[in-house]
This record gives sequence, structure tokens and C-alpha cells, in this order.
Amino acid sequence: MNRQILVAFLVGLLFGGGLLLSGMANPAKVLAFLDLAGAWDPSLALVMGGAVAVGLVAFGFFGRRERSLLGAEMRLPTRTAIDKPLVFGSLGFGVGWGLAGFCPGPALVALGAGEFKAVVFTLAMLVGMGLTIRPQSGLKQ
Amino acid sequence: MIDWSAFTPWSSLAGGLLIGLAAALLMLLNGRIAGISGIVGGIIAELRNGLRSPGELAWRLAFVAGLLAAPVGWRLFQPLPAIHIDTDYPLLVTAGLLVGVGTRYAGGCTSGHGVCGISRRSPRSLVATAVFMISGFATVYVVSHLLGG
Repeated sequence: MNRQILVAFLVGLLFGGGLLLSGMANPAKVLAFLDLAGAWDPSLALVMGGAVAVGLVAFGFFGRRERSLLGAEMRLPTRTAIDKPLVFGSLGFGVGWGLAGFCPGPALVALGAGEFKAVVFTLAMLVGMGLTIRPQSGLKQ
Repeated sequence: MIDWSAFTPWSSLAGGLLIGLAAALLMLLNGRIAGISGIVGGIIAELRNGLRSPGELAWRLAFVAGLLAAPVGWRLFQPLPAIHIDTDYPLLVTAGLLVGVGTRYAGGCTSGHGVCGISRRSPRSLVATAVFMISGFATVYVVSHLLGG
């Protein structure tokens, strides 16, 4: 378990570095990407493209393993339902994303950079999550 | 109209590859999905459930600590890239609440559905991603062009 905690920290670090390098941690750049009718900055399409290109290979080759390389149980999502919570939740998330240019990962990275507005956004986000956690979305085990 | 002066294809692509690598490593080594809203939501759920599975809490906290430490580590080697947040406070709080509630209802955000879900070729995640992208485009259109923000 200790090795997995170390892996989680290092992966978080790498993920955060990727967000910074890509420009995704900068809400102004995110909003410029979402502004199709304005001075459009298409850069973030390449972030998604690059991440998914690596992901498709990794999940394609290794996504069906029984155990992880460190022997952990594979806990990949099993839900497949395209239901109202999925659609309306995503709709609401998109509105919030479009208002501030922050999604959860970049908000935490900007918070780590000491941006006070990211602290405010993250606190509101945590309150929103706290209001929403349903019994079935709690941790299994 | 594309703003070519703002276009950063190489750093954005490289950053995307790093994000994909991070998601691949978490799956390969720990068997987990690198979905930020799910990881953070799991911390809240675990705190509420009275710490029934400390190991679950620990790896999630470690991942978040890594995200928070990334800009600190970056600064050791070079100046941090610009982070501009022009949104005012009332709108920022509204946006945060919407992102918190929305991602938990949807069971994922840009990372969990957008990166990992599409990589798993999950139709559920593809729908979620299409919906939040369109919703984001529409919101910016309304705010910047209809309301003239």
C-alpha cells in the first residue's frame, strides 16, 4: 500500500506538471479555447488529443488486466448507463467550466500556485461536491 | 477566427501527453482512474463515512498533494506559466458550486470522463464529454457575446 501512496503522489505531480505545461491550468487560456465565436485559441484540443492518444494505447493494451503491476485490484468504472444524472450533471459542470475556466484539476494546481481566487473556487467546488455525494457514489469497500 | 498568436501547439500537446502518461501510470500501477472529481469526491465521502478505509483516503490525499505540489516543484526549475483569473468573486463561487455538483452527478469531469473514459472507449464518458464541452462553449458564447461581458 505504501508504494501505491507514493505512486499516487508522483502521478499527481506528473498530472499537475502536464496541466501547467499544456496551458490548461490558466483559466484565461481555457476560456479562449471555449470562445469559438471570439479570438479562438485551439491549443487545448491538442491537450485532450495528446492525453487520449496515450490513454487509448494504455487502456487498450492493459485495461483488462486482473491486477495492476503492483498487484492492486483493478478498480475501473463499471457503470455504462447514459442517464439523467450523467447528462444534467455534465450540463451543469459545463456551465461552471465556461463561467470561470476552471475544472477540478486545474483549480487545485492554481491553488498550489498560491492563487487566492483558486482557493475561493475550490472551496465552492468542495461545498458543491459535499452537497451532492449520494450513498451509491461513496467508496465501495 | 483562430487567434494564431495565442496558439501553443507544442507545449499543449506535450502537456497532454504527460497527462495521458499520468492517467496510464495510475491505472497500470494502482489499478485506478485518474479522475480528479472522483478522487476529491472520494476524500469527502471517506471523511463523512468516518474513515472506514484509511488506505483509500491515503492514496487520494497523496494524489491531491501531488497536484498541489506541482507548481511548487515547477518553480524550483523555472518561472511558473501565467495563471490569469479574471472572473469576479460571485461568479467564481457560482462556477465552483456548479462544477462541484455537476461533476459528482455526472460521475466525472474533464479527466475522469474526458481523458480516461474516452481512452476506455466508454460511450457513457463520450456522452458526458460531448455535453460538458457543448455546455462550456454555449456558456462562453452567452457570457462574452450575448451579455457582452
